[in-house]
Amino acid sequence: MAALTREETEALIQEVLEVYPDAAKKDRAKHLAVNDQSLEKSNKCITSNRKSLPGVMTIRGCAYAGSKGVVWGPIKDMIHISHGPVGCGQYSRAGRRNYYVGTTGVNTFGTMNFTSDFQEKDIVFGGDKKLAKIMHEIEELFPLNKGISIQSECPIGLIGDDIEAVAKKANKEINKPVVPVRCEGFRGVSQSLGHHIANDAIRDWVLENRDGDDSFPTTPYDVAVIGDYNIGGDAWSSRTLLEEMGLRVVAQWSGDGTIAEMEKTPKVKLNLIHCYRSMNYIARHMEEKYKIPWIEYNFFGPTKIAESLRKIAALFDETIQANAEKVIARYQAEYEAVIAKYKPRLQGKRVMLYVGGLRPRHVIGAYEDLGMEVVGTGYEFGHNDDYDRTIKEMGNATLIYDDVTGYEFEEFVKRVKPDLIGSGVKEKYIFQKMGVPFRQMHSWDYSGPYHGYDGFAIFARDMDMTLNNPCWKQIKAPWKAAASEQVAVAAGA
Amino acid sequence: MPNVMLKKNADGKLVFYVPKKDLEEVAESVEFDSPEQWGGEVLLSDGSKYYFEPQAQPDFPVTLRAKRVDSGE
Repeated sequence: MAALTREETEALIQEVLEVYPDAAKKDRAKHLAVNDQSLEKSNKCITSNRKSLPGVMTIRGCAYAGSKGVVWGPIKDMIHISHGPVGCGQYSRAGRRNYYVGTTGVNTFGTMNFTSDFQEKDIVFGGDKKLAKIMHEIEELFPLNKGISIQSECPIGLIGDDIEAVAKKANKEINKPVVPVRCEGFRGVSQSLGHHIANDAIRDWVLENRDGDDSFPTTPYDVAVIGDYNIGGDAWSSRTLLEEMGLRVVAQWSGDGTIAEMEKTPKVKLNLIHCYRSMNYIARHMEEKYKIPWIEYNFFGPTKIAESLRKIAALFDETIQANAEKVIARYQAEYEAVIAKYKPRLQGKRVMLYVGGLRPRHVIGAYEDLGMEVVGTGYEFGHNDDYDRTIKEMGNATLIYDDVTGYEFEEFVKRVKPDLIGSGVKEKYIFQKMGVPFRQMHSWDYSGPYHGYDGFAIFARDMDMTLNNPCWKQIKAPWKAAASEQVAVAAGA
Repeated sequence: MPNVMLKKNADGKLVFYVPKKDLEEVAESVEFDSPEQWGGEVLLSDGSKYYFEPQAQPDFPVTLRAKRVDSGE
C-alpha cells in the first residue's frame, strides 16, 4: 500500500476521533498528530505527559514501575524491597530481562522478589516496624548484599508511613546504604514520574557517598553508560564498542550495574545517555554539581552507531578519534553482510512503533538501515522534549500518537496496514490475531541484544524471522478463504 | 518564578532548561552578558522572555530562578 498523504493522515485521525464523546475527542485530538519536519518544537503539534482519560485503554505503567522496574531494579547487588502488598513486586518480577552476572541469591538479587507483604493489620497499625524487621532479616539471610532500597507501593503514601526514618536508622545499624524511594504508584500520570523520583533518590542518597574521597584512580577516558538497562544484554554489546575505542566504562546505569559503580560515577569525565527519558535528570544534576558534561547517543543500527561513536570521540583526543574510525572499519564487513542478507527480504516494508522511553525514535535508524520505513510512532510516557527529538527522525506526513488508546491503535493499524508492529506484550496478541506480524520492542521478544553491531545482526534476523514467517499466510481459516474467493468470483461474473 | 537550569552548548550559546515544563531552548539574547554583570531579560528562540536579577556572571551550568516576562504565544 502506498504511503498516506498529509491530508489522508489528517482525515484518518479525524475519522478515528469520531467515536469519542465531545470532551474526550477534544482531549485526544491534542495527542495525535501528523509529523511535520519543518517544525522546530513539538508543542506546536502534540501534547504529551498528560493524565490518560478514564474509560480508554491506556498502555501506561505507574510510578512504582518506573522506579522499581526500570531505574532501581537492575542494580544487581542491592536488595529492592517492594514495600506494600505482594502483587506489585511478584507480577513484575524478572519481567524486564535485565541481564546480569552473578550468583542470584548470594551476591546478586536481580530476579528475586523481596516484599513486605502488607496485610490488613499493617495498613491499620502502620508498617514501619515490619520494615525495620525486614532489614535485619535481609542482613541475616543475604549478608553479601551491598545495600537496600525501599520501593514504596501505593498504600505507603496513603497511610503515611515514615520510611525515611526507618531507612536512616537501618543505615546506621547495618552500615550499608538504605534508600527510601517515594515511588507510590498513584504519583504522576505514568511511569515517567517514577523515573524522576528514582533519579532524585539516587541524587539524595547515593551520589554523594564518595564526595571528598579520591582513592579511586581516574583516567582521562572515564565514561559512564547511563540509561542502558541491559535488556537481553544490550549494555554489554554497547560497552564493548566503547572499550574498543579506548574509553574506560566506569559505571553502567543501571543494567548489570552495582551500587559501587553508581557511587563512583561523579568521578567520570563524560556521561553517555542512552535512555534520555528515564535518566536525563541525574545527568543534568551531575552536570551542574560535578561539571560532568553529558551527551545522548544511539546504538541501534550501523548508521546511528557510527554517528554516535564519532560524536563521542569528538569529545576526546585524537587517539580516541582514530580508534573510533578503526572500530567502525573493523565491523564494516560484518554489518554490510547483515544488510546484504536481510535488506532484500525486508526492503520497503512499513513499520509502526509504539514503545516507551527512547525506542520510538532510536530504532528508526536501524529499520532504515534494513530498507524499512517507520510510518507511525509514539511514546507511552514521553514528554515534549522527546517529541522535539522525534520530529526530525520521522518522515513527513507520518503518524505520531501520544499515549495512544487501544482503540486508536487498532484503527490506525487497520487503515495504515503496516507490515510490522513493534510494541509491548499487551498489544502483541491483539495484533497477531489481526494477522499483523508483531515484535515486542520492550523486551526484544525474549531475544536480544539489539544494541551495537552485534545487536544489529540479531535485530535484522529477528525482524526477518517475524515478517517473513510463513504463518502469516495461514491466518484465514481455509473455509473462509474459499468463501471469499467465491464472492470475488461472483462479483467478477 | 520557574527554576531554570542554564548551560552553555558547544557553540557557546546559552541553553535554557525548565524541568517542570520540559522546555529546552537556546537563548537568542541576554541583556547583560559580561563577566561583571550578567542577567536581565533573556529572549529565547521560541519568542518567550525571562528575567534574571542582574548579578556577577555565574559558573555555568547552574540553576537559577527566573521571572517570566511574557509567554510569547
